[in-house]
Amino acid sequence: MELLMAIVIGILFMCATYLMLSKSILRIIIGTGLLSHGAHLLILTMGGLKGGSVPLLSNKAASYVDPLPQALILTAIVISFGVTSFLLVLAYRTYQELGTDDMEEMRGTKANE
Amino acid sequence: MSNLTFMPVLWPLFTGIFLIFFAKKIKLQRGISLFSSLIGIAISLYLVLTVHKQGILTLGVGSWDAPFGIVIVADMLSSLLVLTTNIIGFAILIYSFYSIGEERERHYYYPVFQFLLIGVNGAFLTGDLFNLFVFFEVMLMASYVLLVLGGTKIQLRESLKYIIVNVLSSSFFVIMVAYLYSVLGTLNMAHISQRIAEVNQPGIISVIAIGFLIVFGLKGAIFPLFQWLPGSYYAPPIPVMALFGALLTKVGIYSIFRTYTLLFYHDQDFTHTFLAVLAILTIIIGVIGAIAYWDVKKIIIYNIIIAVGVIIFGISVMNEQALSGSILYIIHDMLIKGALFLLVGIMIKISGTDDLRDMGGLIKQYPVLAWTFFIAAISLAGIPPFSGFAGKLLILQGAAESGAYFGMAVVLLSSLMVLYSVMKIFMNGFWGTSKIDYVLPNKTVNKMLVPAVLLVIISVLFGVGTESIYPFITQAVDTLMNPDIYIKAVLKE
Repeated sequence: MELLMAIVIGILFMCATYLMLSKSILRIIIGTGLLSHGAHLLILTMGGLKGGSVPLLSNKAASYVDPLPQALILTAIVISFGVTSFLLVLAYRTYQELGTDDMEEMRGTKANE
Repeated sequence: MSNLTFMPVLWPLFTGIFLIFFAKKIKLQRGISLFSSLIGIAISLYLVLTVHKQGILTLGVGSWDAPFGIVIVADMLSSLLVLTTNIIGFAILIYSFYSIGEERERHYYYPVFQFLLIGVNGAFLTGDLFNLFVFFEVMLMASYVLLVLGGTKIQLRESLKYIIVNVLSSSFFVIMVAYLYSVLGTLNMAHISQRIAEVNQPGIISVIAIGFLIVFGLKGAIFPLFQWLPGSYYAPPIPVMALFGALLTKVGIYSIFRTYTLLFYHDQDFTHTFLAVLAILTIIIGVIGAIAYWDVKKIIIYNIIIAVGVIIFGISVMNEQALSGSILYIIHDMLIKGALFLLVGIMIKISGTDDLRDMGGLIKQYPVLAWTFFIAAISLAGIPPFSGFAGKLLILQGAAESGAYFGMAVVLLSSLMVLYSVMKIFMNGFWGTSKIDYVLPNKTVNKMLVPAVLLVIISVLFGVGTESIYPFITQAVDTLMNPDIYIKAVLKE
């Protein structure tokens, strides 16, 4: 199971890297989304995927899955959620001000300032 | 009483939340921020003295003991850096009153300023790896807002690049935490260190060590990972630039300090040699940038990269002298970079340009500015009575002791080039004849000069009084050289 997850996460990272190296801002932001999905799935996988009950004490199971990675993922998800929404609004403002979504055109020339 | 350990984080948090309610009342905002900043300095000074007297202070948040809860650890290195952060925050805050402009002040400048301080102080004080990640994000989020606040074209463009780079490095941080958790099953730094010592750092841990170096190197701008810095730091207004230049990269360096002395110190032949090579390349790149430009802001920005290289080189040598040199140098560099950005900001405000070739003859009308800049410049290069000297001397001694002669030569030569780059500003900007009409001395310029002079005075005192500060540095180095002290203080065995 872990091997399968590792391969899937690898593919996510591959797609994210490819998208982040492209010219359009939106593609880059989609790339960052895929990258954080990959990172979150990786925490889950690295915490171990052995069977067990959901971490609720009322279940009274013999064994539970590790609760710590789930808390870490929850934290990381809301953080990347906040950053992504900021990034999207920033991209929108940049498009309004600079009139382009092409990273190649956002150079440090005098005309662009 | 043990809650003192966490006060440098809680105090700006309360202030920041409080300030949000009065966003439009600028006078009130300034008053409260100033008051809070003074209290912040007092708290962190008290923290330094307490740590000096009682040794490492730890606070298990919510009375859950380590390694199960989050632990806040104030050792000497952290508390000294927290004190420096608060002093710089205070100086830059005063400077902001006169230079940031009402439009920005009305749009939550001061609350975000406080949130940046929370992130930086928190990153210095935490004893938990994932908590460090969270404080990094607090700091970075505040820095995104400060960078883009105002919304000019250059700020929008450079913020995009800065945020994308940092999103990448944050994801990498999460990935590395995941790997480390799967190998060791803990997140508390002391506990991680203990467990690494038990397995004696196998290959996988060294790989993770290099992964963390990439993460913190992206934050701290070391050699192959510095390309985002010159553009991003060029964009924001001067006080924000000073805040970034003095604090943000130093948090990355502190994290390298922490991880490479506390966690990954068992395979030094591999990890620390790697670190040394990168440090030397960082210095070389920084030097090339610093002497290439005629733009005053760019010159100081590349000087940040040189200093990062020097400090990392000190860490890579990993003996007592070099580490105490690195600690002295990081404190000196935070103070003096803050001061230099503020001074350069005043030059740009007076002359209306940042190109050195258009300036000249400022010393006739602004002697105080000129001589303050001169003192700051020679402190930066490390001329003996001033603050940059002792740190570099100890780093060089440490390097000589462990036989790293090439690195030694590079550090020495880099000092020469640093001196050349800042003297270029001094000679072209302050001497000669003026080529443009300057703003004549007025009240605002004089008031802006106050915090810059304050920082330079503190750094001169820091240089002259190295002798009396040295016991504090020794205490910090003791903890770094003997991770057992740290582990015992946290895990209470």
